[in-house]
Amino acid sequence: MKWTNWLSMIAVISLVVLLAFGLTRRSDFLPSPLVGETTPGFSLPVLDEDRTVSLDELQGRPVVVNFWASWCLACIQEHPVLVRAWERYAGQGVEMVGIVYQDTPANARRYIEKYGGGWLQLLDPRSRAAIDFGVYGVPETFFIRPDGIIAHKHLGPVTDTLMTELIEGMMEGTNTSDAESAEFPLEREETTQ
Amino acid sequence: MTRGFALAAILVWATTPGSAAQQTARSVPTGKELDALTEQVASELRCPVCRSLSVRDSQAALAREVEGVIRERLAAGESPEEVKAYFVSKYGEWILLAPPKRGFTLLVWVLPLAALALGGIFLVVILRNWLPKGREAVADPEEEGWAVSPVDGES
Repeated sequence: MKWTNWLSMIAVISLVVLLAFGLTRRSDFLPSPLVGETTPGFSLPVLDEDRTVSLDELQGRPVVVNFWASWCLACIQEHPVLVRAWERYAGQGVEMVGIVYQDTPANARRYIEKYGGGWLQLLDPRSRAAIDFGVYGVPETFFIRPDGIIAHKHLGPVTDTLMTELIEGMMEGTNTSDAESAEFPLEREETTQ
Repeated sequence: MTRGFALAAILVWATTPGSAAQQTARSVPTGKELDALTEQVASELRCPVCRSLSVRDSQAALAREVEGVIRERLAAGESPEEVKAYFVSKYGEWILLAPPKRGFTLLVWVLPLAALALGGIFLVVILRNWLPKGREAVADPEEEGWAVSPVDGES
């Protein structure tokens, strides 16, 4: 075979291998550099209360931080899962924190009144906490170990299985592996704002 | 000799990272300079929401907040590189519109050039194989048994 034919064959094979490699990767899933790192500090106002809460006040126990908005359909979809997790784990020392993303306090209040949930809700008026957490959109959920290290970041709506597995992992101190997951493509339902 | 030592000492002091000389050298941008620097950094960062646009070009609310953070950090005395490093520490290198010219992403820069060079070589080789045959054919058409028609006006 002539060397030009060899060259063509190598070029075609390389292209096929490259495309095959690309197909095995999820284009919607981006690894976060924050997983395995210390949680970014924050001090945010509490929804409908005249006080702020900082991360330091929550440390020493597992914390689930959920970024959400009332205009986000996927947030409405995942909300019952959060309610069930809160009912199950709040009495076991697990802290749940909602951070309202790009939304008004009035909308957030109506949302909580409608869908329930008595966990701590914080406001992030200029999205500084969202940017510090490297948030792309909502919902995004961070699982923070008692030592303040982010154990897991989840993009998209959480499931009961995922919540149980990760929260119990953090409670037992077994969830020490750095991991991430995503439930759906990141072109999210943000058109209902 | 003494003057030489003095000069050397001044040079060492001035080039030591973090020295007073360097700290005063980097002035904190304000006004139009700050606007221009903010625009420059914003055009190099990807909008976390819309993704295919830069922070500067995006209309997303989060992009405007990101631009606000860029401005605040530049106004606080951080360099454009330090500001970009902050966003990379939060979102990863994905946030940079131009992938870094090192490691795996170096391939993004090198591969197109390599492909262009290989394509060029391939084209040259193919053309060199084709051209001589073409010239021989044109050189003596009668030998090949082709009919040569008389040129108009000669008859």
